[in-house]
Amino acid sequence: MIKLFLIVNLLIMTTFTHAVEKKKLRWGADIESGAPYSYKSPENPDKVVGFEAEIVDLLAKELGMEVEFVQNSWDGLIEGLIRGDYDIVVNGVEITADRAQVVHFSQPYYYTAEALAVKKSNTDISSLHDLKGKRVGTLDASLAQKILNQQPFSITTIGYDEEVLCYGDLVLGRVDAVLLDEPIALYYAKPNADLKLVGGPIGYMEYGIVSRFGNPEFDSRISNALDKLIRDGSIQKVLERWNLWNTTTAKVWGQSPVSLTRPVAYEKYLETAWGKRTLAEKLKNYLTFLPLLAKGAVMTLELSIISMLLAMFLGMAAALSRLYGPRPLRWLSLSYVEVFRGTPLLIQLYLIFYGLPHVGISFDPFVAAVLGLGLNYGACEAENYRAGILSVPKSQMDASQALGMNWFQSLRHIILPQAIRVVIPPVTNDFIALLKDSSLVSVISMVELTTIYGQLASTYFDYLGLGILTALVYFLIGLPFVRLSRYFETQLTTSRPPPLS
Amino acid sequence: MIVKIDNVKKSFHNRLVLDGMSLDVAEGDLIALIGPSGCGKSTFLRCINGLETIDSGKAQIFDTILSSPSEIGLKEFQRRSLAIRQKVGMVFQSFNLFPHLTILENIIKAPMVVSNIDKRESEIRAKELLAKVGLADKAYHYPDQLSGGQQQRAAIARALAMSPRVLLYDEPTSSLDPALVNEVLLVMKDLDQEGMTQIVVTHEMRFARDVADKIVFIEHGSIVEMGPPDQIFGNPQDDRTKSFLRHFL
Repeated sequence: MIKLFLIVNLLIMTTFTHAVEKKKLRWGADIESGAPYSYKSPENPDKVVGFEAEIVDLLAKELGMEVEFVQNSWDGLIEGLIRGDYDIVVNGVEITADRAQVVHFSQPYYYTAEALAVKKSNTDISSLHDLKGKRVGTLDASLAQKILNQQPFSITTIGYDEEVLCYGDLVLGRVDAVLLDEPIALYYAKPNADLKLVGGPIGYMEYGIVSRFGNPEFDSRISNALDKLIRDGSIQKVLERWNLWNTTTAKVWGQSPVSLTRPVAYEKYLETAWGKRTLAEKLKNYLTFLPLLAKGAVMTLELSIISMLLAMFLGMAAALSRLYGPRPLRWLSLSYVEVFRGTPLLIQLYLIFYGLPHVGISFDPFVAAVLGLGLNYGACEAENYRAGILSVPKSQMDASQALGMNWFQSLRHIILPQAIRVVIPPVTNDFIALLKDSSLVSVISMVELTTIYGQLASTYFDYLGLGILTALVYFLIGLPFVRLSRYFETQLTTSRPPPLS
Repeated sequence: MIVKIDNVKKSFHNRLVLDGMSLDVAEGDLIALIGPSGCGKSTFLRCINGLETIDSGKAQIFDTILSSPSEIGLKEFQRRSLAIRQKVGMVFQSFNLFPHLTILENIIKAPMVVSNIDKRESEIRAKELLAKVGLADKAYHYPDQLSGGQQQRAAIARALAMSPRVLLYDEPTSSLDPALVNEVLLVMKDLDQEGMTQIVVTHEMRFARDVADKIVFIEHGSIVEMGPPDQIFGNPQDDRTKSFLRHFL
């Protein structure tokens, strides 16, 4: 007995001291089409690799902390940081005066510029000036976009959220040129046989580590650690391995621009992402993705079921209030339905996750996603249920009340069982729609099926095959519910003996 | 007197439907309410068990007195209506059976839900009632598998399952094929012989004449004339009664 007590004690002690020793360094980034910054490792899709992933690892080691990666969409990275979902953002965020108003930047860990890419066959574009009157693709809210908009002549700028898609459209001729950060151009345009980089570096930018205001002690620890890693050459080594060591950075740090290390990481990337694969290799690859897609599918399913349960509860409450409640409740129900049905789900998700924290209400991503989906679909369910209840003739209520049932008993035993039969098909329809709409929650840092598709597809440049695979997974996880509803429907309508006569 | 209606008035959207109706019913009576369509006889019937609220006047059923909700409050009106419905059953023109339940389930639902009688006991009683209305073999059928006359007999069995002391009928045979009317009227006649108090809104003049203890002729929301069948049919006093009955003779 005493022995057991000691063992338990020891276990508690060790976990406790372990927890104290290794504090978590929570790092936020968007790993969808994230090479070379941070992206899913092609060999091991559970792992995040990239030059920034390596820099964060080095930092954490220096600080005696343990890295915890948090995925969020690029648009929401700064908001998520301010919410406190993670402590730092390291994701090619350039230091700008605007951003420095809302968050803290460390000293730069990399200096770079923009690079212009065109189709290999193109001969009339070789500099910024040649872009007059052309369609130019770039990432939204980037320095490149700013540069394009500041030119004295008119350029049609097309903003994307994924670099892969910029270059993809360039190949297809949907845009005439693409202006993006050099590291991106090096990884996505240069290896592409249909594209070429033209002109020299355009503009100048610095990537910094982003943190929330209000932790000067933490900021200076980061800054000191980064300073040490720059001075002892660790960061230079990382950059060289990724073929990113450039003249600008070398000049600022007073080093030679010549790389001393072979760009092994870059070569490996080229081989896995750009190397030609046979169909058999591709299929084998898909098999290795299955566990990851399954993980996404489980999250999607879990999220959809819980959201649907919430939606059904809210919908029933709203429908009953609207039909039988006193005037204020009817009015409340009507407003709820109109507001949530009449505004986009995406806006609702943004408001709940990023908006409410500004008035002191903060939810974790899963809760926010369930709330967003549940509230939105609850409004649709309310109308379904209301229609279902109204489809039951009023005389049924008369009959049950005349038998001495009170209002609630009549509703529970007579009205609702009949309404449910009418409502099963539209509710099933809504559940399938919700299952698919749940992909929207990737904008509030939830990693579900579509997020994983985006990450894998952008790492392997395989939007077609993986797209079909992911669509198939959605279809398959929805299927049992369709069957289940059909089963209930037949149970409720045809469980009767044939007429005798 | 087990039912005492005193000067009940009721309007729908400013249209006066019941213009001060009074009626006393003794235990075991069969009262036939007759009159042209839209005269207010169905509304009057629905006021007796509180399916319609009343605007003024009183309806006393056994010990429970219903008066207008503005006088006693809607909550209290509903509470009293519920108390009345424990003793007063109702049969509707369109039967209003529950289409999602078998005939047997239709009958045992209220005893189980309202009176907490267990399923087995409810079923035994339900089968007795089905036998009584001649539907012993239809227990496991659904309402839409029965003819109109069978459905209405099932509806009567359903009402009887709550052991009411008064039954209200709202034109019980009006939506039936003429050939099926009699089977329903026979059940009502049987119940009359057993001493059940019944208040029937009907257009079946022959039935009213043969079976009713009292005929009540209603027009424009008020009682024009009432009395035993011999008097109303044989020697009506009021011209309006005469004119109405002329259509049927």
